[in-house]
Amino acid sequence: MSFLKPKNLLGLAVGATMALGAGVASAKTNLTMYYPVAVGGALTKVVDSIVADFEKQNPDIDVEAIYAGNYNDARIKALAALKSGEPAQLSVMFSIDIYDLIEQDAIVSFDDVATSAEDKEWLKSFYPALMENGQTLGKTWGIPFQRSTIVMYYNKDAFRAAGLDPENPPKTWDEFVAAGKKLTKKDGSQWGMMIPSTGYPYWMFGALTKQNGQVLMNADGTETYFNNPKVVEALQFWKDLSQKHEVMPKGAIEWGTLRQNFLEGKTAMMWHSTGNLTTVKKNAKFDFGVAMLPGNPERGTPTGGGNFYIFKKSSAEEKQAALKLIKFMTSPKQAAKWSMETGYIGVSPDAYKVEELVEYAKSFPPAAVARDQLKFATAELSTYQTGRVRKLLDDALQAAIAGDQDPKEVLEDAQARATQLLKPYK
Amino acid sequence: MRIFGNRHVLGWLLISPAVILLVTFTHYPSISSFISSLFSRGNPIRPAQFVGTDQYTAMMQDPVFWTVLENNMIYAAGTIPASIGLALLMAVLVDQMLPGRAFLRLAYFTPTILPMIAVANIWLFFYTPEIGLLDQVLRPLGIDTPNWLGDPDTALWAIIFITIWKEAGFFMIFYLAALQTQSPELKEAAKLEGASPFTFFWRITFPLLMPTTLFVLVNAVLNSFKLVDHIFILTKGGPNNASSLILYYIYETAFSFFDTPYAAALTIVLLAFLALLALIQFGVLEKRIHYR
Amino acid sequence: MSKYFSFTLTSIGAWILALLWISPLIFAFWAAFHSSSDAINFDLFSPLTLDNFIEVWQQAPFPQYMWNTFILVTGLLISQCVLATLAAFAFARMNFIGGGVAFALVLMQLMVTPEILIVENYATVAAMGFADSLVGIGLPYAASAFGIFLLRQSFKSIPKELDDAARMEGCSTLGILWRVYVPLAIPTYLAYGLVSISHHWNNFLWPLVIANSVETRPLTVGLAIFGAPESGVEWSQISAATLISVAPLLIAFLLFQRQFIKSFMASGIK
Repeated sequence: MSFLKPKNLLGLAVGATMALGAGVASAKTNLTMYYPVAVGGALTKVVDSIVADFEKQNPDIDVEAIYAGNYNDARIKALAALKSGEPAQLSVMFSIDIYDLIEQDAIVSFDDVATSAEDKEWLKSFYPALMENGQTLGKTWGIPFQRSTIVMYYNKDAFRAAGLDPENPPKTWDEFVAAGKKLTKKDGSQWGMMIPSTGYPYWMFGALTKQNGQVLMNADGTETYFNNPKVVEALQFWKDLSQKHEVMPKGAIEWGTLRQNFLEGKTAMMWHSTGNLTTVKKNAKFDFGVAMLPGNPERGTPTGGGNFYIFKKSSAEEKQAALKLIKFMTSPKQAAKWSMETGYIGVSPDAYKVEELVEYAKSFPPAAVARDQLKFATAELSTYQTGRVRKLLDDALQAAIAGDQDPKEVLEDAQARATQLLKPYK
Repeated sequence: MRIFGNRHVLGWLLISPAVILLVTFTHYPSISSFISSLFSRGNPIRPAQFVGTDQYTAMMQDPVFWTVLENNMIYAAGTIPASIGLALLMAVLVDQMLPGRAFLRLAYFTPTILPMIAVANIWLFFYTPEIGLLDQVLRPLGIDTPNWLGDPDTALWAIIFITIWKEAGFFMIFYLAALQTQSPELKEAAKLEGASPFTFFWRITFPLLMPTTLFVLVNAVLNSFKLVDHIFILTKGGPNNASSLILYYIYETAFSFFDTPYAAALTIVLLAFLALLALIQFGVLEKRIHYR
Repeated sequence: MSKYFSFTLTSIGAWILALLWISPLIFAFWAAFHSSSDAINFDLFSPLTLDNFIEVWQQAPFPQYMWNTFILVTGLLISQCVLATLAAFAFARMNFIGGGVAFALVLMQLMVTPEILIVENYATVAAMGFADSLVGIGLPYAASAFGIFLLRQSFKSIPKELDDAARMEGCSTLGILWRVYVPLAIPTYLAYGLVSISHHWNNFLWPLVIANSVETRPLTVGLAIFGAPESGVEWSQISAATLISVAPLLIAFLLFQRQFIKSFMASGIK
């Protein structure tokens, strides 16, 4: 809005001498937003339409959205752009990138930008579980937007065929295994369950450990608990599903093809991101249900997905404009629309009070499961050196699940290496 | 004397555009990789420091490095002879008057023009358990199929097979071209002397194809270090690094872990490998091709 | 009789190998015209559909991607040919001081291709201000050691007498290059062109790192973003997208395959 900054004064003077109509363009604040599209082309249209609505309401702000592939690509691209001096004011990036971004000195905290009383209220308007990954060092650095949790999709027809109550999906690990045994067909045409172990194994594992009463890291991102007995127990349970109980196929289960397996009836239950809800709904040829993940005994899931960040390398008015855009995109009305069109969580309780979403949840109850599960949710694995730490855990999990190694051994090893990596940050 | 001077100036003038670009994107980055591998990973808060050979010491203790190195050796050993052998076989096949020769030639060559990144998705369908093509075809025959990409014992081989599939047709073209320049009289002469086609191939054709083989070999060796596109789609190096290769690990280190110095150190190791192979190969290649 | 038998056996073997080799493409064809579920189950009598193509066309700007790739590939080929011709001529015919060393330097790039140095090259290209541009994608490949190597080979095989004859007629050095050497090396250019085009049409890792936007993304990167397994794999749509993106190259090969093989034969790549 205000562009009375020294470096813009010349532009202003030049603009003033020109015809007023022509000068308007130069008074605009231009925002470049990096956005990870991990869910295919359809998502870009939703984002584009929200951005278009925003620009209509704020003719003085121009937003250019750069869609940059998956979360990892988006982060690489945004940081590279910053380094080479290309414009970038805000981005949606992986919520777990927070420590890396702070370490790179790339982002500002929202406490430093959202300073008015109204802004401070706004910061408190989100589900607390969704804020966990965005807060550290006593400040808020990320605002939830493209957020999900893990839910259990199940095939109600298969439940009926196996003599299980389709309206009463398993609530505990024991029930989960028991149901799995009934659902698994001996000829291999249908498995009881599939939990993906490629792509984001650490994420699935975060659910299992939380259900077993243990989180994977501390809130400062400086310590991991990979060798905690409850964590080891959780991995043993995951491994047992295929090795001992034989209700899940052996070897790594591919994240990307799992949905097809479920849709083709090859598995009666799958754990997957809520981000798949809309696609499953569109393509399932059977009656399916969505349930919270089971517990042991307490339920649990990590949150996941992307947060908004504002980059440090932007002018004060750009930061304010970016904040305005973020506030618009996370406003209850937009968040409700976003949730309905994608299956991601509406980020604030107020979003679920928007009439359309209330109606939608009534006509399609699975839409509310992720929200209801938030009270059992914890942060997704995120530490300093997060890429490396995450890979340590992923490798350990795959070694145990696909590679037949001992859970305790691999987790001890991962813990030792993670501790080594995190030593400088203590 | 004037001409002499001109020749040198003109020579350098002619090569300079190419050489400047090559130096900028090959030699300079090689050297700067080496330099940056001697520093610690810095950030705006803590700047990088000179650490000497620490990165290399760390590499020696990094089990993932040893895994990817071993994998890359297996990958090279698995792809190079097989793709060259198949290419030669294919070339010999389509060089004959077999029925549907044009189709055969096209079929062998298509993998070359299909982008790896796209066909990797199709291969994913072939390999994927339960709903995949291999499972659907082999299960009814009573063959128990492994989880090709999800089992550490088979993942790398699944990747290797795709690479062979991708490369063989490309190399075939070179062999085919060489075969078609061979004079038919040679064959006639051999026939008259009663040599079997097999003997003829091993005694006459194959030795004559040696320069082509060497040329193809250079490409195959290089590809065994740089062809990693399909890993992005199929396994991301998993499970537990079972299908990760050096270049993929470099990408991961640089762009997922943001550890540029360590990535640089890995690059230097890869360069050292390539340099060694280049020395061996060009030693032979120059002799065989130029002065034969 | 036995000869006939072995011929039949060879033919059958050749065909089995061919079918195996082309099966991914055949599957892509099949899947692209069927719904995802029918494609997976090989329901032979399932209805054909064009939905996948329509969907793909709407979801991603394939014409733009294709245009980017086309510009990139042609631009690269031109610059590679020009730069390689000049350098190869100097290396082949001008016995200049330092030529041997320079040629050894050039040969290094045969092994050390830009993919291997992505990290440093990314920094260089970004510093030049070419990040996220087609120039940035092409620049590291603009000078090709492979091209120089091939052309030098083929220039060397041209009889020196032709030089002298041309010089007698008053041709300058560059004139000789243009009038004598280039025309005689045309098969080499064609063969090199095929290699270069198929390489750059399919190149992925470097463009993935350097291209950000729809205006610069080549087909491969567009395809990778489109079919990223993160979002769950839709084989029918990926197949349709694959077909769209390989169609130009496939058709070109079908039309020109005879010429390609011929030019390879004459190019001296052997």
